[in-house]
Amino acid sequence: MIDELNIQEKDAVLDIKNLSVAYSKGKYAVTNVSAQVKRNKVTAIMGPSGCGKSTILRAINKMHDLYPNIETEGQVFLNGVDTSSMSTIMLRRKIGMVFQRPNPFPTMSISDNVIAGYKLNGIKLKKFEREEIVKKSLQDVTLWEEVKDSLNKKGTFLSGGQQQRLCIARALAFQPDVILLDEPTSALDPVATKKIEELLIALKEHYTILLVTHNMSQAARISDYSMFMYLGELVEYGKSKEMFINPKDKRTDEYLTGKFS
Amino acid sequence: MAKPKLKYNSILQREVKSRFIKDKIFSGIVITLSLITISPIVLIILKLIAKGYKQINLSFFTETAPNTFQAMEAINSGNVIPGGILNGITGSLFMVFLASIMAIPIGLLVGIFLYENGTKRYANIVKDITDILQGVPSIVLGLISYFWVVKFITNGFSAMAGSFALFIMMLPLIIRSTEETLKMVPDTIKEAGFALGVPYHKIILRVLIPTGLSGLITGILLSISRIIGETAPLMLTALGSMSVNFDISKPTSAIPLLIWQFYNDPNMVDLIWSSSLLLMFFVLALNLISKQIISKRNK
Repeated sequence: MIDELNIQEKDAVLDIKNLSVAYSKGKYAVTNVSAQVKRNKVTAIMGPSGCGKSTILRAINKMHDLYPNIETEGQVFLNGVDTSSMSTIMLRRKIGMVFQRPNPFPTMSISDNVIAGYKLNGIKLKKFEREEIVKKSLQDVTLWEEVKDSLNKKGTFLSGGQQQRLCIARALAFQPDVILLDEPTSALDPVATKKIEELLIALKEHYTILLVTHNMSQAARISDYSMFMYLGELVEYGKSKEMFINPKDKRTDEYLTGKFS
Repeated sequence: MAKPKLKYNSILQREVKSRFIKDKIFSGIVITLSLITISPIVLIILKLIAKGYKQINLSFFTETAPNTFQAMEAINSGNVIPGGILNGITGSLFMVFLASIMAIPIGLLVGIFLYENGTKRYANIVKDITDILQGVPSIVLGLISYFWVVKFITNGFSAMAGSFALFIMMLPLIIRSTEETLKMVPDTIKEAGFALGVPYHKIILRVLIPTGLSGLITGILLSISRIIGETAPLMLTALGSMSVNFDISKPTSAIPLLIWQFYNDPNMVDLIWSSSLLLMFFVLALNLISKQIISKRNK
């Protein structure tokens, strides 16, 4: 599969090897997935509900560690380094995450939300550093113009779409290598969704984006590569353009043509 | 045979009319029942004001309780009873303060522990015991405090013993309110912190507690309002005192203790009402402040 995609070792930001995740002993949500994620591309993971899309995503930044019942096997390499040898804290600073529902910290102002990663970790910032990070991150998510006069207002005053862009800005503030997005537009209206999609396409110039979506057309619109998952298995992985037109696996074909969802 | 023409309209109208009447009846019942519910508190406050307002003056807050002769003389000459309940006010605040500085930190920590480990066996046992503790009659807590603190630690009735009993009463209230408040903080907020590489203890300190802060404060205020009127455990522990006392090893008065003393002295009857009015004011104020905090949080 790797050869097909022609991803060179140096191009692979993430290298997932034989990843399996079980929510309880013997009950696997993801079985034996191997895939490489290419630098500066948007890669979409799609598939029907419960196929393990989010589970893979959350295995990459070790969110499963929070829940002692969940067992993860296999390896994930970030820029060639085995993530199990990295501290969880450092790993999560290099891999940003955006969730299904916008979740700005309700007690924090807009600018504090952007630098929440620094604030909560107790990393001291000088005034000009803080201003620079806030401005750049908000500009990157095209939110700067909308909020530059209300940086001290609470983040929860913003609309849903703005909140989600704020959450992306929060993830960008560490300048991560990879941004994981778990169905980031499923709680948003079409206009806000379009904005986020345009944003992701623009962001891939500097970041690698891994996006979980249950929305096929979204995957088709914005992704360079697509993974199709079914029942915890990675069924097909390829260039989105080819996969949507000419899927190789029967199950992918059936999913794309709406025979099941 | 031609069918008789039915008047569909009038059938439907009949039904709407009967619904309308039923609706009226039920609203009437519900309104009456809710009036019955609120009337005791209204009647209590009106009675307390009517009977107690005469005694509410500056000396009520600045002087200690009079003795029975002073009160008798005043009544015989038609004056208001001299003196006030300063010893009770200071004693109540002092003991509530002592109980709070013990109960708040312990209650918050145990509450956080229960929230984080809600599914573990040990945490569940602690939860059950907390619930049982909440149901222990206050007089029993007074007895326990009498045997532990009065007999062995302070060797006599003391503010320490009184506040210890109040502390035990407060503890389960704060523990459970902390746990419930933290449960209301969405998991997604917590995960947002974890995804930024924030360590566990900092998530608790800098994300969970600030997010739930108003709820935590509300829980503390309500637990204070719950214990400030307690009488039974104080009778066996703090006993009461005719002077202002801030020594934790000495007997101390409290507003509810004074009310009980006034009740037992026919000359002091007027002071019962004003003291009760003040106590009621404290409780109402704490409740209203909590309500205010909650409604602000929900905005």
